[in-house]
Amino acid sequence: MTGTRMAAGAGLAALVALPFLLPTDSYYLHIVIQVLLLGLIYTAWGFMGRFGLVSLGHGAFMGVGAYTSSLLWNLYGVTPWLGIPAGMALAVLLALVIGYPCFHLKIVGHYFALVTLALGQVVALLIITARDVTGGSLGMTPRAVGTSWLAFQFQDRKQFYFVALVLWLAVLGVRAWASRGMRRAALEAIGEDETAAEAAGVNVLSEKLRVFVISAAITAAGGSVFAQYIMYLNPETVAGVGISLQIVFAAIAGGMYSALGPTVGALLTLSLTEFLRVMFGTHFIGAANTIYGVLLILFIIFMPRGILGVIEHRLVRRAPPATAPAE
Amino acid sequence: MDIYLLEAIMNGVMLGGLLALLALGLNLIFGVIDVVWICYAELVMGGMYAIYWLHAVYAWPFLLACAVAIALVALFGLMLHRLIIEPILGSAPINQLLATGGMLFFLQSLATLLFGTDFRNVGIRLPIIELGEIDLSFARLLAFITALVGALGLYLFLARTYLGTAIRAIAQDREIMGLMGVDQRRIYLITSAIGGGLAGLAACLLVLQYDVHPFIGLTFGPITFMICVLGGLGNMFGGVVAAFIMSQIISIVGYYFSIEISYVLAFVLFIVLILIRPQGILGR
Repeated sequence: MTGTRMAAGAGLAALVALPFLLPTDSYYLHIVIQVLLLGLIYTAWGFMGRFGLVSLGHGAFMGVGAYTSSLLWNLYGVTPWLGIPAGMALAVLLALVIGYPCFHLKIVGHYFALVTLALGQVVALLIITARDVTGGSLGMTPRAVGTSWLAFQFQDRKQFYFVALVLWLAVLGVRAWASRGMRRAALEAIGEDETAAEAAGVNVLSEKLRVFVISAAITAAGGSVFAQYIMYLNPETVAGVGISLQIVFAAIAGGMYSALGPTVGALLTLSLTEFLRVMFGTHFIGAANTIYGVLLILFIIFMPRGILGVIEHRLVRRAPPATAPAE
Repeated sequence: MDIYLLEAIMNGVMLGGLLALLALGLNLIFGVIDVVWICYAELVMGGMYAIYWLHAVYAWPFLLACAVAIALVALFGLMLHRLIIEPILGSAPINQLLATGGMLFFLQSLATLLFGTDFRNVGIRLPIIELGEIDLSFARLLAFITALVGALGLYLFLARTYLGTAIRAIAQDREIMGLMGVDQRRIYLITSAIGGGLAGLAACLLVLQYDVHPFIGLTFGPITFMICVLGGLGNMFGGVVAAFIMSQIISIVGYYFSIEISYVLAFVLFIVLILIRPQGILGR
């Protein structure tokens, strides 16, 4: 346990020191910020995915968050400090509207996946339809005002880095808090066998709903902040089937059962994309996704617990049981 | 009655035929193997590219190109089952869906890599049929008729042949049929090949109406899944009925509002219907 704590402390210190070690406005810092922001979205997906709630429509929540805060800012000048919670609230509402009947009627497995897939399509199509305000498929840009806390815009990458780091840590905290002790046992029981869990006294409906709502809220917030960072929104990049599947892939590849797994997935996928882009240029457009696809298939077949899951499994087996990490 | 509305309804019927054909193969695999091929529409895309290359580039006769494309996609379906689905048949159903999701990514980006994002047209212009004051595309009529013939053929195959009976039996009870001497593995492989072949057949008809590009699967994929679920998974007849309901919604709402709104409504209807009747509109 102390070993884990020390490792976590050292990791945190390294993360705080990182922007000072890299040159200002460095390309690598840009990548790390994206890893943190996408990592927290993937973590939110894995938060429900690991209990058997596979959503193929998380792009919907990302899109709701990103478009709500950006539209409120552009149209009415409402600060993202209010816009982001508004987007989260909307995502929560959406999750409740979809989740309550689904869980109440015990819609699970691929049925649930297909319902969320339809939800993702609905949100993406609505964004395209409302092209008068959202710019449709061409996308939109939040009105830029330079560095401003009020507008949640930071010209200096270092500042944005710390914003992203704090958010990412907060999400890890929420993940740990929401799945501690008996809660975790109850949720794992649901993932294994819902009927048995119900019989054992677990309130399956409310537990699943809670997980779904938390996941949706974090994803919406992540979508908003990601849009604030990239300063460009497009139904393809923040909603729709493509991004939804990308979330699923990265979370699984990294390991959705581990706390840091989805972030490792974000690191892996972003590095791969950037590496291929730098190596081959835009000529090999699509090369990254070809490799993603093959990797996703291989991961599902050979290591469904993901990279970090496999590493942790090895560590736990090697270490004496008393010092095995709780996560 | 408004002549344009009538035309929209007729076009809806034609689109329904096409969607029914698309849903047919997926439904078969869904019903028999209990696996969702989320990459099904990408298989169709593969077939469309095959026809495009064989016919438009290498100048093969269209029908020969179609036959080869059907065979290729059928072979692909068989390989997909053998190499990807079979090793994980025992794990959670959602894993199989996700693995084919990886295949979706792969096929889509492989097409981008090989052919670029250009829209490619096979270059066949079929005549427009004038039915009184209504214009009807011959390509759509052909698709409609082929879809019905395909559905009928599949029905007869499943109902009348020994192999078809074995396939239906496996779908009803996986465990017992093994004891009755039916080779489950072989049946699954045959079913996958037939499912792939139906995707190839759909490709032959789609290529006459639409340009092929790497993301065409995203246009037809989601709506096809919705139709299968609405019809009741594995219920062929239900799938055909659901295809016609969805296509009417898409054409009529598309006529009054816009095509995006019509798809939004179709998906919302799907969500509502699956919540009311998870067993499908014709399920018991």
